[in-house]
Amino acid sequence: MTEVLALLILLTVIAAIITVLTPNLLYSVISLGAVGFLLAIAFMFLAAPDIAIVQIGVEVVSLVILIRATLGRETQMVKVSRTVVGVAFAVAFVAVIGLFGIQVFNEFPVFGMPVMERFSDAPSATYLAQGLEETGAPNIVTAVLLDFRAWDTLGEATVLFCAALGTVAVLRRKARRFPEPGVDEQQEDETP
Amino acid sequence: MIYSLCLLLILIGLYGVVASRQTVKIVISLVIMQHGVHLLLLLIGYRDGGSPPIVDPGQSVTTFAGLAVDPLPQALVLTSIVIGLGVLALMVALCVRLYERYGTFDVTEIRRLRG
Amino acid sequence: MNAPDKPEPGMGMIVRTVTRWLKGPILLFGIYIVMYGHITPGGGFGGGVIIACAFILIMLALGGQSGLGVFSKAAASRFDSVGLLIFLVVGWLGTFWASGYFYANFIDTPQEAWFTLFSGGTIPVLNIALGLKVASALFLVFTVLTALQIGGSQGDSQSRAWPAPTDGGEES
Repeated sequence: MTEVLALLILLTVIAAIITVLTPNLLYSVISLGAVGFLLAIAFMFLAAPDIAIVQIGVEVVSLVILIRATLGRETQMVKVSRTVVGVAFAVAFVAVIGLFGIQVFNEFPVFGMPVMERFSDAPSATYLAQGLEETGAPNIVTAVLLDFRAWDTLGEATVLFCAALGTVAVLRRKARRFPEPGVDEQQEDETP
Repeated sequence: MIYSLCLLLILIGLYGVVASRQTVKIVISLVIMQHGVHLLLLLIGYRDGGSPPIVDPGQSVTTFAGLAVDPLPQALVLTSIVIGLGVLALMVALCVRLYERYGTFDVTEIRRLRG
Repeated sequence: MNAPDKPEPGMGMIVRTVTRWLKGPILLFGIYIVMYGHITPGGGFGGGVIIACAFILIMLALGGQSGLGVFSKAAASRFDSVGLLIFLVVGWLGTFWASGYFYANFIDTPQEAWFTLFSGGTIPVLNIALGLKVASALFLVFTVLTALQIGGSQGDSQSRAWPAPTDGGEES
């Protein structure tokens, strides 16, 4: 099981390398779709079916948005050589952060023991043991989202609302004019 | 070993953000970083041979609590995926506006043109 | 108000026929995932995304005019606000009307009502509000983003300030 999961994540990494390094935008977006779908299968192997449903739907919608809104005839590529100094600097920066990351990731416990087993007062044990009795919902993830932690879900709904509002406002054709107090009053005074 | 593959995914996304010359490529690399972080959150909550955190009708609660994976990272990742889609839409709207204003997706050209 | 945007053309005949058959089942499937979110995997988020996908399919395959005729931009933004308002109102009801903390589950579920549709207290109500909100927000965003054509693949963008560049973008 762990081997299948490791193989899936390896394929995801290969698809991500293709996404980042290819100069053509269309190929990039297509391999982004491959990354998302492979990740949805990996989520199924990690015993998270609701997240797999959401990941597939969100992947499809984001692919449609990316292709439809940004690709056209004139955005296909011309090859230009990039500077060696720029690439070397980027690789060095990522390598430094990678070194710090490896130090941190070595402190993780072995894969397969969840967080709630390592601490005796973890809240997840309470959620699993008493979730069905206290809320009446067998889906513990939904019970956590909408009963134990409903405040965080309200924050998420607000963020989604603001993102939609921002998108509509950025793409407006004409700005809305509000009457400015100083200018309009002056004009009212001047005209008889 | 699996954790290091996940770290590799995040680092590839970071390299894409730092070294890309087009705004849409930067957006795509940010999406890859988000995927890596969600995978990491789910990996630390996984129990070996565990079942999804959904109670079956005939199951007793004590066996379920001993067998299920951690539900709390799954709830966090669920909201994070949908928020990622909303933020992606906002970033793509900004890219479209930049294209209309400057005529190109190239970041170096946008920096040079003033006004 | 916005200047009139160029409507989207539809697609070929096979795609249009299959869409006419499939739009009902996809919508029904999304509503099922929202309603049974407290028993089977799913919930408001997954169901909302699937409902948005159904409307996006209608808009892409049958043309922008029929898509906006089913679910217009003003209706989408109204449903968005209504979903968020229901979410807030249930939380305030939990505080002031029932036991006293925010989002208290004030509808009790007896043990014989487990695993049925009408169980879980306020959770199905919140699921429906969340599904409404997510679906209309995603559909609104899609409508606004794809109403204008960029790059001239099917016509010119309406607000282009520069003439179209001829050599395209550069390598990343």
